[in-house]
Amino acid sequence: MVGEQPHTSFALQIEGLSKSFGKRVICRGAALRLATGESLAVVGPNGSGKSTLVKIVAGLMRPDAGTITHSFGSSEIKREVWHRHIGLVSPELALYEELSGTENLDFGNRVGGWGKMAADYAAALDEVGLGGRGNDLVSTYSSGMKQRLKYAAAFLKDPALLVLDEPTANLDEDGVARVWSSLARRTLALIIATNEPSEAERAQSRFVVGR
Amino acid sequence: MPKAASSSADRIWAVFAKDARSEYRTRFAVNALFLFALVTLTALSFATGGAGLTPLLASVFFWVIVFFSALSSLAQTFVKEVETKTATFLRLTAPDDAVFFGKWGFNLLLLLLLEVVLTPLFIVMLNMPVVNWTVWIATLILGALGLVSTTTLIGALIAVAGVRGALFSVLSFPVLLPLLVVLIRTTEVAFGGGLEAGLRDGFLVLGAYAVVATTAGWMLFPFVWRE
Repeated sequence: MVGEQPHTSFALQIEGLSKSFGKRVICRGAALRLATGESLAVVGPNGSGKSTLVKIVAGLMRPDAGTITHSFGSSEIKREVWHRHIGLVSPELALYEELSGTENLDFGNRVGGWGKMAADYAAALDEVGLGGRGNDLVSTYSSGMKQRLKYAAAFLKDPALLVLDEPTANLDEDGVARVWSSLARRTLALIIATNEPSEAERAQSRFVVGR
Repeated sequence: MPKAASSSADRIWAVFAKDARSEYRTRFAVNALFLFALVTLTALSFATGGAGLTPLLASVFFWVIVFFSALSSLAQTFVKEVETKTATFLRLTAPDDAVFFGKWGFNLLLLLLLEVVLTPLFIVMLNMPVVNWTVWIATLILGALGLVSTTTLIGALIAVAGVRGALFSVLSFPVLLPLLVVLIRTTEVAFGGGLEAGLRDGFLVLGAYAVVATTAGWMLFPFVWRE
């Protein structure tokens, strides 16, 4: 297992958040707070804006109004460096097909300064069930294996806030079990955007988008 | 014991090495860059029929080839990241400086490679020998620096904006026009024409352009990449 230092002081706070595309309202005046050890399910029907909310929280999109604060203890984190403590597993994120699984993890570690060693790559791949396939190009992976690799990268990064959009998409039974088991062992703030009631039930609270 | 945190140079190198490794395996940008250059050079060679070109006309041809070859491929480093959704991974992993300078370095390598390959082919196929190699090499290096600094930022802009095609050329041309004018003048001297008296000023302009364009690109990049 890799990267299990707890981020005990992290907190995400959203106040007065509004986002719409034309007449389609994603959220209006939304507020929520999420801290380390807490989890939140973002739910809503297809096209309601779950992925949009995920992007806003991750700093990949600006809201129309409202404030989003990421902080460690009393120190607020500048938006420009949110990426340092956020992990994302989403259909909107892909890893490099022309690199191997291990090369992808090595790239993330080097460019992100995650401070991990080569042995950690193997441990992360083992944890998601990709042990022995690390040297294969990602282009040869199935869609389920690519999803597992995204989790390996997210776990290796050891983020304070992990955001999952459609968390079990393309995963088989073993993959789903591994992911939930790994998440249960980690201490972090977790956001799960999903249509699946069984996935939403794993979170402590819910946020409904599109109303 | 965990590894020490990466320095800025390590991170820039990581982006550069990733792009170089990807390119080595896919030939995505190289094919576009070199095929465009070779086809254009061949067409010009047939069109001129080996007739003696003036140094001015030869230098115009050379930079037209380099300019449009660059436009056909240098934006690809960012366009591909966005189209394959790896841009999201990059945004959530790499600092902006590392992305900009890593891509800048990779584009510079591509363009210098193109110039190195193009030089002997140009001399042979258009029958235009270089007279002053010092001026020629200095012009190629400063020209590549100027072109890359501008096209890296504009490449990111069009990739993020989701607009492809002619927009890259349309946005790049007015910004690069002053650079091209000076490059053509200094290249003319390298081919044995023009006035050597203006060379010093020409190189100063090229150097200043590269410094200003790189600095502006570095400062503006986060707004393009993150917003």
